[in-house]
Amino acid sequence: MLDFAALLPYSHVFIHGLITTVEISLLATVLGLVLGATFAVARQYGATWLSRIVNVYVELIRNTPFIVQLFFIFFGLPSIGLKLSAWEAGIIAMVVNLAAYSTEIIRAGLASTPKGQWEAGKVLGLSFKQTLFRVVIIPAIEKIYPALTSQCIIVMLGSAVLSQISVQDLTYAANFVQSRNFRSFESYLVTALLYLFLAILMRKAFNLIGKRLFSYRAER
Amino acid sequence: MSLVNIHEVHKYYGDLHVLKGINLNIKAGEVISIIGRSGSGKSTLLRCMNGLEKYQKGGITVDGKEVTTEEIQVRILARSVGMIFQSFNLFPHLTVGENIMLAPTIVLKKSKQEAQETAKAMLEKVGLADKFDSFPEKLSGGQQQRVAIARALAMNPKVLLCDEITSALDPELVGDVLKVLEQLAKEGMTLVLVTHEMNFARDVGDRVVFMHQGKVWEEGPAKEVFANPQTDELKNFVNSVL
Ligand SMILES: Nc1ncnc2c1ncn2[C@@H]1O[C@H](COP(=O)(O)OP(=O)(O)OP(=O)(O)O)[C@@H](O)[C@H]1O
Ligand SMILES: [Mg+2]
Repeated sequence: MLDFAALLPYSHVFIHGLITTVEISLLATVLGLVLGATFAVARQYGATWLSRIVNVYVELIRNTPFIVQLFFIFFGLPSIGLKLSAWEAGIIAMVVNLAAYSTEIIRAGLASTPKGQWEAGKVLGLSFKQTLFRVVIIPAIEKIYPALTSQCIIVMLGSAVLSQISVQDLTYAANFVQSRNFRSFESYLVTALLYLFLAILMRKAFNLIGKRLFSYRAER
Repeated sequence: MSLVNIHEVHKYYGDLHVLKGINLNIKAGEVISIIGRSGSGKSTLLRCMNGLEKYQKGGITVDGKEVTTEEIQVRILARSVGMIFQSFNLFPHLTVGENIMLAPTIVLKKSKQEAQETAKAMLEKVGLADKFDSFPEKLSGGQQQRVAIARALAMNPKVLLCDEITSALDPELVGDVLKVLEQLAKEGMTLVLVTHEMNFARDVGDRVVFMHQGKVWEEGPAKEVFANPQTDELKNFVNSVL
């Protein structure tokens, strides 16, 4: 028989895990996007050597499993003297991962900017930087905003892997609880629903931010 | 001394010789129409005049300053040369007012209030005073193009380059834009228009430049050029478009 009440004594474990997952996801999303936007600009408009380096990084991350990246940072780096806590290693892995994917997504947005927007900036006397920040960037992000939203959610869900290096996140909590009360069905079902809830929440938050950023599309 | 001075300009796209020794002087206050068949180099010439395109030989000066494609030069030049495009190129995320105020505030370093006053005056001039807070996508093509004109005028340019600025418009909207150009011409603005509006070129323009195969094939006072073309090429062209 299913017995969800068996989870109740462990509710604080789930709550603690949930908070950890929210914290690391929030931090990784903000840092990853800032880094990704910076790399995207370097990739699209930077000198050839810089663009190449960014490209190598992006391809390296996009063509290797996240869990291997995480293990490399947590277990591999100490052998060259870089010792990180599980939490630090987890955040870094997520930031590095999201930054790579969002570089490629944001770069595509920048590349889709009509040439006329750049030329209009130029003939009005705007510098490259002024045109990029005042003219190009917002409509560019608007075009790829759905893809960017999905990628951030994917990375949030991917944070479940961090439990493998004993970051005490939501998945860690589920593992812990079912090892104590042997209620794996209930534990993982509740955990799955919590992730689903987070994903929906995140999409809602992105939509809200998008509405403000791209308010020029709204009816006036 | 002419405002725009074009001397023996040659332009290549790779092996393609697009401008083959262009000479043209434009005086302040003149309205010049550049006409010619597709591919004759009209746009290219216009884009060489404000540093959007490189030319390989010859020289162009505007208001005594040499035109090059270096970013710093282009930015200095942008204060005296305005340009309006066929596709408007308004900034979609900025209101009409913000579109017009952007360059005066960050390039000319005007105060927000001053920029706003200029913007409103320019919108008034193009007949769109009530659209200050609208976003571009809510406007018709003709309205968008008039905003683009107001945006260029807000920089107080000495010469305005217009590349087929009515070609993307529905026929019934063309007149509104041409009316604005006519008004500017009356006020003494120097205009260089690449245009297919032959009636406008003849009636409002001072001078017509007919380009053919990358050269200024024939030029002269607007009415004469149309009434009495000298070369066969211009005769054929005039017959084909009028
Ligand atoms: N960026 C470019 N790269 C290569 N060739 C180009 C480029 N832009 C224009 N050309 C070529 O240069 C020639 C002149 O083009 P241009 O656009 O100046 O003609 P135009 O007189 O403005 O024609 P239209 O009436 O069609 O606008 C054409 O043969 C065109 O194909
Ligand atoms: Mg053209």
